[in-house]
Amino acid sequence: MADIVTPKLDGKIRIPLMEEGATSHYHTLESSPKLNEALGYPGELVENWQEKAIEKFREVLDTNKALRVFMDICVKCGSCTDKCHYFIGTHDSRNMPVARQDLMRKVYRRYFTLGGKLFPKLVGASDFTKEVLDEWYTYFHQCSQCRRCSVFCPYGIDTAEISMAARLIMSHIGLSSKYSNEIIAKVYNTGNNLGIPAPALAGTMEFLEEEVKDATGVDVRYPMDEKGADVLLIAPSADFFSAPHVDSLIGYGKVFHEAGISWTVSSYASEFANFGMFVGDFHVMRKIAQRIKDAAREFGVKRIVVGECGHAWRVGHSFWNTLVGPWDFLDQRYPVPQHICEFSLDLIQRGGLKLDKSANDARIVTFHDSCNVARASSMGGYEGGQFEVPRELIRATCNNFVEMAEDTIKEKTYCCGGGGGLLTDDLMELRIRGVLPRAEALHAVMESHGVNYLALICAICKAQFTKVLPYYNIPMEVVGGIHQLVGDAIVLGGAKHEV
Amino acid sequence: MTRLSMVYITLYYIAFAIFLGGFLFKIWRFAKTPAPLVIVGTPGAKSGVGTALRVASDALLFRSLFRGNKWIWVGAYCFHFGLLFLIFRHLRYFVWPLPMWYSRVEQLVGITGGLMVVIGIGWLLGRRFFHARTRYISAFSDYFVLFLLLAIAGTGLLIKFSVRTDIIAVKTFMLGLARLHPQPAPADPWFLLHFSLVLVLLVYFPFSKLMHAGGVFFSPTRNQIDWTRSTERNGGTSLPSRTRSLRRSARG
Repeated sequence: MADIVTPKLDGKIRIPLMEEGATSHYHTLESSPKLNEALGYPGELVENWQEKAIEKFREVLDTNKALRVFMDICVKCGSCTDKCHYFIGTHDSRNMPVARQDLMRKVYRRYFTLGGKLFPKLVGASDFTKEVLDEWYTYFHQCSQCRRCSVFCPYGIDTAEISMAARLIMSHIGLSSKYSNEIIAKVYNTGNNLGIPAPALAGTMEFLEEEVKDATGVDVRYPMDEKGADVLLIAPSADFFSAPHVDSLIGYGKVFHEAGISWTVSSYASEFANFGMFVGDFHVMRKIAQRIKDAAREFGVKRIVVGECGHAWRVGHSFWNTLVGPWDFLDQRYPVPQHICEFSLDLIQRGGLKLDKSANDARIVTFHDSCNVARASSMGGYEGGQFEVPRELIRATCNNFVEMAEDTIKEKTYCCGGGGGLLTDDLMELRIRGVLPRAEALHAVMESHGVNYLALICAICKAQFTKVLPYYNIPMEVVGGIHQLVGDAIVLGGAKHEV
Repeated sequence: MTRLSMVYITLYYIAFAIFLGGFLFKIWRFAKTPAPLVIVGTPGAKSGVGTALRVASDALLFRSLFRGNKWIWVGAYCFHFGLLFLIFRHLRYFVWPLPMWYSRVEQLVGITGGLMVVIGIGWLLGRRFFHARTRYISAFSDYFVLFLLLAIAGTGLLIKFSVRTDIIAVKTFMLGLARLHPQPAPADPWFLLHFSLVLVLLVYFPFSKLMHAGGVFFSPTRNQIDWTRSTERNGGTSLPSRTRSLRRSARG
């Protein structure tokens, strides 16, 4: 475990006093030249980087309304200053959302506004110096793009958009994060973030069939690359290889089994996650999404159902249609894509699943809304469905469900501290500090209600929580997926029906 | 016509042209910049009406700010609606004749508005001075605009209550400007100070954060419709044309 002193939890979220530069040394590892070039970026910082960066900045301003508007209209009211989990956890003043945005805004003002060109000092404008570039790299890699600040902004200014744009500009002058680039390269090469080759994937699926058979005595199938299946399941690759993720995958399989629907995963598109979003690159995002479309076409599936992954749900829900649509070759009676929670809840509501809630009686469950689900997507086809669908699913499968504090759930949810391409060991301190508000909220219900299960629908949240909650003396075993609950409550062969 | 009048008339038209041209240019640029991806924030309205209501609740009630920080909201609401009242109170200098009811309420609205603006600015300035996080994020320009508005409101109250100006002369001058038929400027220095400060504000407006007044309607996280997964759009035929061309360029 990293050597770090964490505060003792008492269930209260406190807004700290500012400490300038407290995290100025959190500098995520830079990508190697080889890796940068593999993704089509310059290998290392180009000689005329300042000129190139301003050029790219101008291009982004001209093609992204959000950035164009956000650069101009912030009034510095201060509403966002106490909303970021990284500010709460690290105390660094530059982790206040507006201060983070201003790192970009000061360059914008200097090069793109009259005031900044004439009187830079008076309007807080600054030349794009090497020091400023360092600040960009440091602090735009301390934003998990969770959008919490945006909820409370009178104009909806979204720091996620700004950090994505900043990372895009930096990539184009040869400066980007090793972690994200490595993962993108792995998807290009193997089809998934973890770099799992097809034979290993097939082995996992076979293993799961045996596991479930041993545990339940029922032949539940976990198929891979089966052409002609009805459903293509796109799951985050962590679901194949990490705990507790894999328990949710077991749950998906049981749901499909009970639904009597044929399904398959694809070894070519074995990844739902799309790190193209984190690095702000439309083209990368498109290339990764295209793999999924190609697989769906090749297999001739009727519908796409996706697994528990937060940012990928945003990409699938909000961006796929624009990136790689149309999806006119799929059955138009179903949304594209359909979330596994939507699929399961719909099945339950139509009486297609027999559930034994008492199987989860040892669990006292609370639900962590993952940022990209809560603040950047929807579910169930109605406003706020992304809050209700998972909760209904939990209530349908468990007898004990407790909400965390009002200010820490739904659209006000706190990030796990590991989103936005920051789930890397070299940012461990940041991750441990960033989880603080969520840990406090969780601690409060653990104390008051004996909560022992933190249900989630995000692969990154699962990985982050299992790793960092132990620093606060919360055991990693509390973390699990919603479909782990569903899977455990399903009575196999219990509902005989036609779907 | 005195030289002073000539100078003020000229300055007025220059300032007004900068304000109008600058404001419209910025709005045009906000409007024409493409928003290729749907990035609407929760709760994303599923219809145009829902989206309009959402934007209106932010523009009229400052709903998101209310959720974010009640203390800022109090000051901001007091200030902005005071400003609205004051604009109403100044209508008589741009439009004439006005209906009877206008003269019955204008004094009350004007005095209330003046007080609200002064109290609101005082409140917001106090935050900038004494609240540590707000002070940290404030630049000179953030104080400047508050002091400018305070000076405008102060001189306005002064010529109303203390060194009363000849409002008939002011009205003749202002209506002359509005009707493109300039009349001599009143020689009252306090009025001319008030008027000059307003000209500074007009020129400053389009180059500053005051553009939030127009920008609030263009924020994609608020004004977009959450339509991306509706099945009738899966055919892709309803995608905005800019998005289609961007997608083509991405393929190329």
